[in-house]
Amino acid sequence: MSTGYDEATEGKVYSVTGADWDEVVSGVRDSDDERLVINMGPQHPSTHGVLRLVLTLDGETVTEARSVIGYLHTGIEKNLEYRTWTQGTTFVTRMDYLSPIFNETAYCLGVEKLLGIEDRVPDRAQAIRVMMMELNRISSHLVAMGTFGMELGATTPFLFGYRDRELIMDLFEYITGLRMNHAYVRPGGVSVDLPAGAVDKIGEFLKIMPQRIKDIRKLLDENPVYLRRTKDVGYLDLTGCMALGITGPILRSAGLPWDLRKSQPYCGYETYEFEVATERGCDVFSRYLVRMREMEESLKIVEQALDRIAGPLKGDPVMIEDKKIGWPAQLALGPDGFGNSPDHIAHIMGSSMEALIHHFKLVTEGFRVPAGQAYASIESPKGELGAHVVSDGGTRPYRVHFREPSFCNLQGFPAMAEGGQVADVIAAVASIDPVMGGVDR
Amino acid sequence: MTSPDNLPEVPSAEVPEVPAVAEPPVARRGMFGATDTGDTSGYGGLVVRRAPQLSTPRPYGGYFDELVDTLALDDAIERVVVDRGELTLHVKRERLVEVCQKLRDDPALRFELSLGVSGVHYPHLKGEELHAVIHLCSITHNRRVRVEASAPEEDPHIPSTVGVFPGHDWHERETWDFFGIVFDGHPGLTRIMMPDDWDGHPQRKDYPLGGIPVEYRGATIPAPDQRRSYA
Repeated sequence: MSTGYDEATEGKVYSVTGADWDEVVSGVRDSDDERLVINMGPQHPSTHGVLRLVLTLDGETVTEARSVIGYLHTGIEKNLEYRTWTQGTTFVTRMDYLSPIFNETAYCLGVEKLLGIEDRVPDRAQAIRVMMMELNRISSHLVAMGTFGMELGATTPFLFGYRDRELIMDLFEYITGLRMNHAYVRPGGVSVDLPAGAVDKIGEFLKIMPQRIKDIRKLLDENPVYLRRTKDVGYLDLTGCMALGITGPILRSAGLPWDLRKSQPYCGYETYEFEVATERGCDVFSRYLVRMREMEESLKIVEQALDRIAGPLKGDPVMIEDKKIGWPAQLALGPDGFGNSPDHIAHIMGSSMEALIHHFKLVTEGFRVPAGQAYASIESPKGELGAHVVSDGGTRPYRVHFREPSFCNLQGFPAMAEGGQVADVIAAVASIDPVMGGVDR
Repeated sequence: MTSPDNLPEVPSAEVPEVPAVAEPPVARRGMFGATDTGDTSGYGGLVVRRAPQLSTPRPYGGYFDELVDTLALDDAIERVVVDRGELTLHVKRERLVEVCQKLRDDPALRFELSLGVSGVHYPHLKGEELHAVIHLCSITHNRRVRVEASAPEEDPHIPSTVGVFPGHDWHERETWDFFGIVFDGHPGLTRIMMPDDWDGHPQRKDYPLGGIPVEYRGATIPAPDQRRSYA
């Protein structure tokens, strides 16, 4: 709650940390300089985390917009180089914390490509990955749409979005043991099979969810205030998207049906029936519509994957058969509350010395990955998430780089915001749906 | 004691000249990381060398042959590597912009979507320690290619490709920040992740991790890069 100003070489500098704007307003009114530079963030509720925006204003018009990132850099890529290949999943899941399953899958597909085991990953594991990814896509879009509504002044979409996301969080907690940061997808498959009752729970979710999506649509699809705030705002056409390397819902809102699930399928996406949502408006509202339709399509994919998991693929393994790569034991929740497999413990501690050695070596040292480099990419809720994975033949990654869609898409923010109104900056940033954990890594 | 008299006579002929094959550098010795203490595993003498850097012989397979033929810049390409179903073009750094421009604009190539620049530091590759790796995707033809340019550590300069792919702006800043590769011609090459006054380039292999020395009953736990490793 303080204001004040200093004289600097650039002019007067005001610091506003509370709601008292009078001094700034009067200061600006008296000044003969029309140009006003506003620093927004890095702590600001509507900037999706620690994003800093520097806006140059001429009246209400934004003449120059720059974004400053790096406030959430945690050195994930560097840290990966000092852990085993399997431990890497626990790091990458924390990058874009709203879509952890996608981070894990992109990384694991890269490692599997280096190992040359893509064809040997069991179908059941692939179906579970697809199902988890699509559930995750819905939860990520729900947060995007919920926060989006709130930033434009509507609190109900926010409450709806988070309420419905909670359903998916509960499913994730039931299946993986954690709401976020699952480390569920592992090189060679997934860490553990679905627990008993998971299929029923997801079936119930599939019955509830379509109505919940309709509820959000009812609030926003034809809401005049929302339309005025989002139509023809944050315009970025196909040329701009291609030049800036922008992918995902933003690219599809410009009319290009580019979706890696269709064009370069992975994890067996070519066997699922779904449509790629596109719009032609190139604006914030089109991006909203694309995301809503994607949620509806995701539900279809989850349903198909669930049918396979509960039907033809029932009882199949979820980890590669290769004992030199696959994790030695499946976890099971024991009566003591610990997640060990009693059978496996009895085997390695009681009957087989070799199994004990093998377990110890694989868990502490890890497996070796042949030298070389590979690039694996998947369609995350934000766009193309790519993992450039380099190995020198050791038990640890030599270098892992992530092509983070939030990072690339955020570059398009000045193109969307410049020339528009200052109030539309918020809408433009929200339509990019950047997650700073992913941008800064 | 043996005297020279009772040894079989050794022919004094010179050992024939063997064509010198440059041995690739050693990747690792021994196993289990036990280099300083007694290694009883029997693997102590194991020497694993790094794979030699070779060009893949033709035919490359798939669309790769057609792509390289259409590009028709053989003098700009140092090596062509096809590995794990991916095509990598190792390009001379001074020709990088030209190659990117042609990859983007030629109607038969049309790599219009760039997925950014990544860096890799190979300290053991003398004269080409720093690599800038560009992944390109053609939406028109649904193809992918990787373009790689390298620079020595003493002269870490690679021309900027922002003019061809404007989206490389932040990517090149990131690679400069983490690897210290100077992208000549970049409109504003400043740090992007690390603070502006940071020293060094953290993703280089020789950059220490630091770490916090945790002491427990007199023993300290070193930083991850100082710990015993199995590799």
